[in-house]
Amino acid sequence: NAREYNEKFSYANNHIKTSKYNVFTFLPINLFEQFQRVANAYFVVLLILQLIPEVSSLSWFTTIVPLVLVLVITAVKDATDDYFRHKSDRQVNNRQSQVLIRGSLQKEKWMNVRVGDIIKLENNQFVAADILLLCSSEPYGLCYIETAELDGETNLKVRQALSVTSDLGDVSKLMDFDGEVICEPPNNKLDKFTGTLHWRDNKYSLDNEKMLLRGCVLRNTEWCFGMVIFAGLQTKLMQNCGRTKFKRTSIDKLMNTLVLWIFAFLICMGVILAIGNTIWETCVGRKFELFLPWDKFQSSAVFSGFLTFWSYIIILNTVVPISLYVSVEVLRLGHSFFINWDQKMYHNASDTPAEARTTTLNEELGQVEFIFSDKTGTLTQNIMVFSKCSINGQTYGDVYDEFNQKVEITEKTACVDFSFNPLCDKAFKFYDCSLVEAVKQQGSAVQDFFRLLALCHTVMPEEKSEGNLVYQAQSPDEGALVTAARNFGFIFRARTPETITLCEMGRAATYELLAILDFNNVRKRMSVIVRNPQGQIKLYCKGADTIIFDRLDPSSEDLMYATSEHLSEFAGEGLRTLALAYKDLSEEYYQVWQKKLHYVSTVIENREEQLAALYEEVEQGMKLLGATAIEDKLQEGVPDTIACLNLADIKIWVLTGDKLETAMSIGYSCNMLRDDMNEVFVISGLTQLEVQQQLRNAKENILGLSRVSSTGDVEKDDMFAEDSVFEETIISEYALVISGHSLAHALEPQLEHTLLDLACLCKTVICCRVTPMQKAQVVELVRRHKMAVTLAVGDGANDVSMIKTAHIGVGISGQEGMQAVLASDYSFAQFRYLQRLLLVHGRWSYFRMCNFLAYFFYKNFAFTLVHFWYGFFCGFSAQIGLDTHYWTAVNHLFMWGSLIVYFAILFAMQSDGLFGIFPSNFPFIGTARNCLSEKSVWLVILLTTVVCILPGLVLSFLRVDLFPTLTDKVRHLQQSRKKQRPQEQNLRRVRRTSSRRSAYAFSHQQGYGELITSGKNMRVSTLSSTHSLERIAQSSSWIENILKRKNEVSAEPAESHKADRLK
Amino acid sequence: MGKTKDKSGPLARRPDNSAFKQQRLPAWSPMLTANTVLPFFYLLAVVCMLLGVWLLLLVQSTQEIKLDYTDLGNCNECFDLRRNVSNAAQACSCRVEFSIDKSLKGDVFFYYGLKNFHQNLRRYMDSRDDGQTLGRIKILKNPSTYCAPFDKDKYGVPIAPCGAVANSMFNDSFSLTYHLSSGRSVPVPLLRTGLTWYTDKNVKFRNPRTDNLTLAEVFEGTRPPLYWQTPVYSLDPRDPNNNGFINEDLIVWMREAAFPNFKKLYGILNRADPNFEKGLPKGNYSIDISYNFPVQHFQGRKGVVLTTLTWFGGQNHFLPIAYLVTSSLILLAAVVLTVAWWKFGKDGKNMKE
Repeated sequence: NAREYNEKFSYANNHIKTSKYNVFTFLPINLFEQFQRVANAYFVVLLILQLIPEVSSLSWFTTIVPLVLVLVITAVKDATDDYFRHKSDRQVNNRQSQVLIRGSLQKEKWMNVRVGDIIKLENNQFVAADILLLCSSEPYGLCYIETAELDGETNLKVRQALSVTSDLGDVSKLMDFDGEVICEPPNNKLDKFTGTLHWRDNKYSLDNEKMLLRGCVLRNTEWCFGMVIFAGLQTKLMQNCGRTKFKRTSIDKLMNTLVLWIFAFLICMGVILAIGNTIWETCVGRKFELFLPWDKFQSSAVFSGFLTFWSYIIILNTVVPISLYVSVEVLRLGHSFFINWDQKMYHNASDTPAEARTTTLNEELGQVEFIFSDKTGTLTQNIMVFSKCSINGQTYGDVYDEFNQKVEITEKTACVDFSFNPLCDKAFKFYDCSLVEAVKQQGSAVQDFFRLLALCHTVMPEEKSEGNLVYQAQSPDEGALVTAARNFGFIFRARTPETITLCEMGRAATYELLAILDFNNVRKRMSVIVRNPQGQIKLYCKGADTIIFDRLDPSSEDLMYATSEHLSEFAGEGLRTLALAYKDLSEEYYQVWQKKLHYVSTVIENREEQLAALYEEVEQGMKLLGATAIEDKLQEGVPDTIACLNLADIKIWVLTGDKLETAMSIGYSCNMLRDDMNEVFVISGLTQLEVQQQLRNAKENILGLSRVSSTGDVEKDDMFAEDSVFEETIISEYALVISGHSLAHALEPQLEHTLLDLACLCKTVICCRVTPMQKAQVVELVRRHKMAVTLAVGDGANDVSMIKTAHIGVGISGQEGMQAVLASDYSFAQFRYLQRLLLVHGRWSYFRMCNFLAYFFYKNFAFTLVHFWYGFFCGFSAQIGLDTHYWTAVNHLFMWGSLIVYFAILFAMQSDGLFGIFPSNFPFIGTARNCLSEKSVWLVILLTTVVCILPGLVLSFLRVDLFPTLTDKVRHLQQSRKKQRPQEQNLRRVRRTSSRRSAYAFSHQQGYGELITSGKNMRVSTLSSTHSLERIAQSSSWIENILKRKNEVSAEPAESHKADRLK
Repeated sequence: MGKTKDKSGPLARRPDNSAFKQQRLPAWSPMLTANTVLPFFYLLAVVCMLLGVWLLLLVQSTQEIKLDYTDLGNCNECFDLRRNVSNAAQACSCRVEFSIDKSLKGDVFFYYGLKNFHQNLRRYMDSRDDGQTLGRIKILKNPSTYCAPFDKDKYGVPIAPCGAVANSMFNDSFSLTYHLSSGRSVPVPLLRTGLTWYTDKNVKFRNPRTDNLTLAEVFEGTRPPLYWQTPVYSLDPRDPNNNGFINEDLIVWMREAAFPNFKKLYGILNRADPNFEKGLPKGNYSIDISYNFPVQHFQGRKGVVLTTLTWFGGQNHFLPIAYLVTSSLILLAAVVLTVAWWKFGKDGKNMKE
């Protein structure tokens, strides 16, 4: 804590700098960078050559004008980019935080926070640096954070301070805190931290559970104190930001090689002409000396030839087109403006137009083959909505019109009026009024249904003021369900460790919470056992349908079939489903069970299994209530966009930090995974061998099948050679789902080829639980080995590295985080605009760029070869035959310049009055006027035009007539259609057929049930008076429990990172 | 829509809905079908054919008489004389005779031509000072170094006009005589002015301001180019207004030819003379040449050309023939296309999916 002491070590301060230049270094650094480009350097050399009068055949400004233009344009672009980076840096650096200095809290700017400082964070604040949690307002030093900026997950995570520091609750105690932390050097692993704290002669080990990382947001916690461990550039967030790379398009590369070839060609021409000059001077020029004596220094014909070489290099420099670079830049700028201007990529709701932040990549958009997409915020809106339910064999949620036809739900459809309920959530929308009617009837199954939803969950309520309830849910699914119940009149008001208070249709009811049978991945369900106000004991259970259906009472079999049907229907619409059931328990039975439970929970060995068995025992013979369907709201138009991009043979990979199940469900709902796919391979091995085995199996599976279906026996050895062929021939569709742990293994050098081959055989690839760095690695992998253009799209800080690695990065703007947008090349508000960006703008840009390049090279060659040819007439003396100044001007000002513009400009520029301004142009004065009055010139122009156009026309006609492309056919069709009446559009609705998926498995962590029953996370104020010391003792054991469990989870990534290091 | 909207509204950042910004500008990309392309080809072939025939007829109607007098007749002596540079000061004249079989009707242009003279060398072309010929007094006596070694003589006296171009000015002179059948000889009057472009005569070449001095006085302190026999202010002894930098022969010479074989305008037949109202009648002619310009050093030839012009220039067979060739190529292409279309694409089956 002692700042003076800490300053002795040179820790990084918290000032972050993503900008490249400052005011003074801008010019030299920027110029240096620009001259590293071959073209710029080449033109500087040229410029120097032109300054030598013996060699110079063109005046020097023909080169310097475009050169300066290029430099200035690029510099201005760089400067503005950097200015924005400065601005965002400054904004971040100047955020306020409270730092404990000399016994008092003082406001400090973020950039002044030092390593070793103790800072105070308040609710909803961003964490300023990587800090070690010391204590918080919550008991036991717990605090909740949201790590959306880091890994895209929006559910809350728990962090807990060391027990020894958690009571340092006030400033004076903290002042005395003089612990010393020894930890690993800064790295980019978000889920790992090791260190030790030395304090009062004791050593305490530190891990990730005690760290608050920069970029997190403190939630649900009034305040907390922490000690800064890493600051500024050393924080995990900044370490995770990939290096910014200069992105270049394939056209750029093509252009560079072309320019090199042309340069070689130029040298050849120069040499030929120089030799010609030497010969000419020897044979002819020597005799011409009477009229034109050789210069004194020009002692021999060979030397003359040498000079001529350089002169011709200058004259013919137009084949190596400097204006090409300028023109291409301008062209791209124009395209970027078109992208910015496109109304079809403008999002009304958030008032965000698309923005091309990099102007250089437009034509690359048309070449994209792989899209890497984030899930949260990109494909989905990260909003869970209770959209349908099936209660007692009756579905609710669809709106029917008077003819019993299903009505498409749109913005305009009237939603249910919840005004009868003063506590309803205004944002909640539901369209089926019949459900409200049903819920108002006493004692119906509908009421039970919502009661269950209101009781069986692990949500924490927060009542800020009367009637203003905010739910803090660990998974958004639960939040959606509880909110639904709330709106239908079963309001979850408060909970204590032993009770749950509801407000049932206006009447308060308190249920005694007897047990929470918590969720885990195997059980795929959770239950609560409550004693209702009437004294009956009930078990309420919700979970995955298959699990619930297995445990139903035979009496509800009929209902089960009806519900099952509904469930498939829901699933077909891409909704996440949950089945709900209840059971009445007798007092005696419960007592017996309670005893068993008590016994089992004190057992040391196999506690988990025994608990599970016990839960299993009670969750039998339940009665089905119904099912819910939750919509993980996709962004608008996502499935259509994906389908469309698939049609364009663009492969879409989803890389998400979410859980496997969530990711798969999204895969289903946005049509990337389908039931009619032959097989979905799930790779989730934890060791390298397992992963390898799984990958191999999957691959053999695909190849084996297709081999049988195609030719048959192919030798094993040929497998790899044949891969590319098989990629084409595989008709059946496969999908690959791979988890983060496996990915870490699969990305190792020996496995990455297998992974890549497999992934490319599959139609869809979903990677889940991936870290930002892994995202980048995956992109890098494809980029490196597939020679394909990759595009990454994402919205959060966790996508930044991926966006930077891909050829093209796209940021989804208009949402909270700006990091992704700042790192991206293009940004727009909705995923669906990707379709237009790629298929319309990308295509157009590419077409135009290609046409332009072809035209440009043609033009330059035509222009330059004239000089080459003219060299044979003028004794290879490097005389120019045309008016080059204006050619240059026209080149740059009128890239599309037709001949007419050229002549017009010539005419205007060379009129009498202007020669005073451009004395160097003097020799050419009057040329144009006199030329143009010469009729034969026009005849020649006409002839040339005809001769030039004809072959092209013949070819294109033949092509259209004999080998029409699809486009031609479509256009032909359009033309013939025009004559007919516009036909009815046949709108085909996309129907999804897919299997049911349970929502309950998603984004849920085990352990929260226990958390609630233990009362650990209750505010002291809400704790009832029954709170006792004994309880605390009990519950502290629970904390160890939960931490242990988390360690198990985090041990796996730890392993994988070790593996990383081995690489 | 976007333009009328209040820009501060909630949709302030909405892009304008203009045709340009939304890339909805009308574009014409023709659908190439047989119905449009084939007629176009035939039409084009016909047009080119007609143009070619017409131009050919026009060209046929022009007449041109070329005469290489380098060592023709008694010019042989002068040719030998000029072989030696030391004889440069010696005058030499010779006469060339020729006959015109068919009268040249209309305006007749008299050209002199040089072969193998490289006016288009870069250093040659650069060796001039436009500022001087523009009549700038300062530059007159201080010509630019581009003129070197013809900027100053060995005594340091500035040369006007300086440079290799002016220095090597063509200095043969011609007088054309018509020999009537009666034996009488009539000199053919040639207009020696009006040979240059308007811009050259009035903009690019000006004499220095005289300020009540004679031209000779203005040019005091300069000397004519080394190879010249007369100073620049007395190039045309008959017409005082045709002297100095605006002398038309000088201007014509100073407009460098692009190719080593070129012809330059010497004079235009003055049709005010009653004998030559309709051009040059047929009969015998002779040209008296003051033979000054040496050509043997660069293995060149010189000659004169008498020609009439059509509206598109002198006798030039290239253009009509090119048109005819193009026309036949188009026709050929059209036929090939028709056959191809007839055989393979007629019923549009390629268009069907």
